[in-house]
Amino acid sequence: MDFTLFFPLLLNGLIVGALYGVVAMSFVLIYKASQVVNFAQGEFLLVGAWVCWWLLTTYPIPFWAGFLVTMCFMTLFGIILQVVVLRPLIGEPVISVIMATVGMSIFFQALMKWMFGVFAKPFPPIFATERVQVLGLQVQPVYLLSLVVSLFIMLGFWWFFTYSKHGLAMRATAFDQQVAQSLGVSVPRVFAMSWAISAVVSSVAGVVVGVVNGVSSALSFYGIKVFPAVILGGLDSIIGAVLGGLIVGVLENLAQWVDSEFLNWGNMTQIAPFYALVLILLIKPYGLFGTKNIERV
Amino acid sequence: MSAAQPEVPPLLEVNNIEVVYSDVILVLRGLSLKVPKGEIVALLGANGAGKSTTLKAISGLLKTEDGEVTRGDVTFAGERINGIDPHLIVRRGIFQVMEGRRIVSDMTALENLRLGAFTRRDREVGDDIERVYGYFPRLKERTGLAGYLSGGEQQMLAIGRALMARPKLILMDEPSMGLSPLLVQEVFGIIRKINQDLGVTILLVEQNARMALSVASYGYVMEQGKVVLDGTAAELADNEDVKEFYLGGHGAERKSFRNLKSFKRRKRWL
Ligand SMILES: Nc1ncnc2c1ncn2[C@@H]1O[C@H](COP(=O)(O)OP(=O)(O)OP(=O)(O)O)[C@@H](O)[C@H]1O
Ligand SMILES: [Mg+2]
Repeated sequence: MDFTLFFPLLLNGLIVGALYGVVAMSFVLIYKASQVVNFAQGEFLLVGAWVCWWLLTTYPIPFWAGFLVTMCFMTLFGIILQVVVLRPLIGEPVISVIMATVGMSIFFQALMKWMFGVFAKPFPPIFATERVQVLGLQVQPVYLLSLVVSLFIMLGFWWFFTYSKHGLAMRATAFDQQVAQSLGVSVPRVFAMSWAISAVVSSVAGVVVGVVNGVSSALSFYGIKVFPAVILGGLDSIIGAVLGGLIVGVLENLAQWVDSEFLNWGNMTQIAPFYALVLILLIKPYGLFGTKNIERV
Repeated sequence: MSAAQPEVPPLLEVNNIEVVYSDVILVLRGLSLKVPKGEIVALLGANGAGKSTTLKAISGLLKTEDGEVTRGDVTFAGERINGIDPHLIVRRGIFQVMEGRRIVSDMTALENLRLGAFTRRDREVGDDIERVYGYFPRLKERTGLAGYLSGGEQQMLAIGRALMARPKLILMDEPSMGLSPLLVQEVFGIIRKINQDLGVTILLVEQNARMALSVASYGYVMEQGKVVLDGTAAELADNEDVKEFYLGGHGAERKSFRNLKSFKRRKRWL
């Protein structure tokens, strides 16, 4: 057995998995706050990364400035989508809302291709590219940075939902909208805020991936990877989303290792998470952390 | 109809309101009441009389249930407030403690209290949490999820959460519901104390008429969406009809219970 590939792949799995976790978290945020299954989550990464790329390649501004402007743009982007597309659909059947997000996904993918072309474009070089030694492994600094950014975002989420009053208001809205209103919370504002935060956080992941791999429509796939992650973790659990993301990332990479060592079937990477998903759902139908809908009396 | 102190305008005045759910179900048919500043006013009535609907009409929560005030006015501190969104009514100083306590069960007691202060911007929230703990010491010891609190503790938390908003008027919907007689005593003791200490005005909806009239200064009795009787708490407690139907005289409890049941059924088929 050859373990020389095992540990790099494991580390890679954790790094990618943390990014999946971040995207899954922002997906769950929208789902919890407003009960919308957002099929356009991947396009948040795509749009965010392209906007940042465009800013940095068009204007002579430092990376942090382009990044900040991108965040502001994504805040507005999330709010506008919620207000213009989703607010009118409140109270409509779930399927209509889903079709609207699917439509948004297709629209923004096409728009980005039309505006920026179909080929991957690299970010201007931002960080040193010499590899560093971590636990005996050669790692590119950007990968480490990506991990740090992911952890930072997760910490931010935890702080927001535990200590800030808007985080509490969001949890209250997810729990019971009437109760939230009776406490003085504006539910439409909470919906808009959840879309804004979700868009911003996903686009951070988009920029990070873009810096590592270049910007291309492949970023949208993160929106699809969210589904095994989120269903694994339980649709309504933010911690579950993080763990689900990590599991999917690690599984993908371990599947690749197992495949290259033993099976040689090729391309186990893409399907392994879904096998795991089916298995786990057989045992825990609501995901690892999801809540059964308990009838309240 | 006369309020306790007719010379000063009351804090809250509900004037001849009509409430309709889902555009067709008429529930309140010209209901009026007044709540003077600083007092506790009781609103009594059988199941389905429209007590909760009255409170929701005041707090605006009617909107969340597809209900609407189709006629009449709700005036608070001299301003007409019907039609205003519930979260803005909270900001004006009206806080409803809904029937069934409705605490956020997947949060801790402390988080529920902080949530009560959502509309505030000042820095005294921490002091107010301590004050609430002063009224309800056992909430301080409960650090787990609020869903695991006992019924009495949940009711205390619901009242504490209301206090955190520093409201001018609290609308309290059946605080005694599901509590043991001893706990009812305790909760009503605290309601009276809050009213005296903080000067909060309270509109109190109750099935437990005896308890409600013992803390209130004035009371209204409603039936089928209308006020049928009102008077000072002492007058109502002496009233023969009130005694028979709400204070449970000899065998009256069963009689009224049967009444209420058929009453409710009739309303359902309306
Ligand atoms: N959301 C709603 N939609 C339609 N009808 C409703 C709604 N809420 C209440 N009603 C009806 O309005 C009437 C009054 O209800 P309400 O809850 O105000 O009564 P209540 O006096 O609070 O009764 P209880 O003592 O049982 O709490 C009832 O007949 C009820 O069926
Ligand atoms: Mg009621």
